[in-house]
Amino acid sequence: MSVQFSPEKLDKINELISHYPEGKHKSALIGVLHIAEEEFGWLSVNTMDYVASLLKLQPIEVYEVASFYSMFNLKPVGKYVFEVCQTGPCMLKGSDQIIDYIKQKLNIGVGETTEDGMFTLKTVECLGACGYAPMMQMGKFYKEHLTPERVDQIIEECRNNSARNN
Amino acid sequence: MSKKLLLDKINVPGIKTFEVYRREGGYQSVEKALKMQTGDIVEEVKKSGLRGRGGAGFPTGLKWSFLAKPEGVARYLVCNADESEPGTFKDRYLMEFIPHLLIEGMITSSFALGSNVSYIYIRGEYDWVADILQAALDEAKQNGFLGKNILGSGFDCEVYLYRGAGAYICGEETALLESLEGKRGLPRIKPPFPAVKGVWGCPTVVNNVETICAVVPIINEGGDAYAKIGVGKSTGTKLISACGNINKPGVYEIDMTISVEEFIYSDEYCGGIANGKRLKACIPGGSSVPILPANLLLKTAKGEPRLMNYESLADGGFITGSSMGSGGFIVLDEDQCVVRHTYTISRFYHHESCGQCSPCREGTGWLEKIFKKIETGKGEMKDIDLLWDVQRRIEGNTICPFGDAAAWPVAAAIRHFRDEFEWHVLNPEECLVRNFGLAHYADALEAVTS
Ligand code: FES
Repeated sequence: MSVQFSPEKLDKINELISHYPEGKHKSALIGVLHIAEEEFGWLSVNTMDYVASLLKLQPIEVYEVASFYSMFNLKPVGKYVFEVCQTGPCMLKGSDQIIDYIKQKLNIGVGETTEDGMFTLKTVECLGACGYAPMMQMGKFYKEHLTPERVDQIIEECRNNSARNN
Repeated sequence: MSKKLLLDKINVPGIKTFEVYRREGGYQSVEKALKMQTGDIVEEVKKSGLRGRGGAGFPTGLKWSFLAKPEGVARYLVCNADESEPGTFKDRYLMEFIPHLLIEGMITSSFALGSNVSYIYIRGEYDWVADILQAALDEAKQNGFLGKNILGSGFDCEVYLYRGAGAYICGEETALLESLEGKRGLPRIKPPFPAVKGVWGCPTVVNNVETICAVVPIINEGGDAYAKIGVGKSTGTKLISACGNINKPGVYEIDMTISVEEFIYSDEYCGGIANGKRLKACIPGGSSVPILPANLLLKTAKGEPRLMNYESLADGGFITGSSMGSGGFIVLDEDQCVVRHTYTISRFYHHESCGQCSPCREGTGWLEKIFKKIETGKGEMKDIDLLWDVQRRIEGNTICPFGDAAAWPVAAAIRHFRDEFEWHVLNPEECLVRNFGLAHYADALEAVTS
């Protein structure tokens, strides 16, 4: 098994487990999967098996949870994931046009990743930002009040960021 | 300007910090509650008439009084911060901008219920909000409001954050508890109710963020004072998150005596319809409650002005009324297509169905497919009846209320906008280019407002 959490992440996991009563460490599973995504970008079978061994669970208990919750990526994704909300209130404010714009700008379809591995486009359902629509989630944060110009700017920032960090 | 109980301090600079929040009178409800008998706290909440602010509107004090108290078994308070009903973003607003209010409410409520370990289940996407709450929890602990022997009262309490991972169904309380146990969020059959058998089989109370925040002013000022605000069984104040085609989308705290018309057109709230358009329709309580055309929204079937409260919004049942729901207020202007909007809602429910019950798992898929067919100009008249038939077979036939939530918006859209569906069928070319339905719903409004 090639995956391994850093010592800091292991500390964080032990802290999570301590939030639940004795023997109820399974409650830490979703939190640990979040940490795994942070560390490895997505959840491979190897990663999930590793999580199972850490929490003393059967691998199937991890797979069935990871596949149920839409935030978990069971396939590799780009460095920046654009998750654009397409539900009613966002649709009323033009989310369809924003999705089309991103598709055309990045030359990818929904669910696809750019060839350079930088961007993935996903459509998601209501993220609780309906008053600030159209919007998308990018990593930890929301990008709200999207316009084509704002999208250009965000893509630009991502490219610059990534160039700086390489 | 109506009285604000939850948002009155939201614009105070630095209110996110413990220091400022405390200086502004924060955490007094904890100090007061710790000197009271727990039964008396529950009594105050009962007297206040507070109803669950998540959507169901069940009286909170009554819910609290159902909590079983077997000897030697832990009890839990779990805050439902899994806000995900489309149109709803009020809980996020509270947690993001005045996080200590929720924590104060959690401590006070935990004491009342005898919960020594309580959880805030926050939707996974609110990642940065979780950080804000965590910082506030840490501050509360440093200042002796969490941990062992709080303020020397002998009461121990820890509040932990639990981040979900993107599943609407976890807003349903038993699904939330399953998720809290580290499993798929599959709703449980009730009974047993969580008050008897909740998380890890222990008695549990699940309350919405806004509900728990409202406990703070109730304890500070007394249940009777709270009950004096509002009207009838709609006591206190309610947060409404308004979105769609309005000038001022955002979160507003209202006292439940104002009219829907005032809420939409007054500058204090939504500020009218954007771009000088006319009002066509509105979903007043989050995506699962019935959509109402403008005329029925502003006036009840009896011709009385409709008010922003539980009773008035529901007046006429689902035939001519709707519901307060979660307070997610979605406004559609005259250019919007009700078929398209309801299609996105049906797609949402299909995406989010947990898959446990066949009527919901299969039915929501059918709804989405038929909607897509009609919306893309391939529909036939019989598809409209098929939609009606499918939604009717979902409603009431599932373990949890999700099935109803998926069925109601479809039923209401067909009930009030059937000719718009028919227009799609009769104008297959036009409905692809013209993204709106029939103008006479907007015209109907003129008769109402003029
Ligand atoms: S509909 Fe897009 S955030 Fe709610």
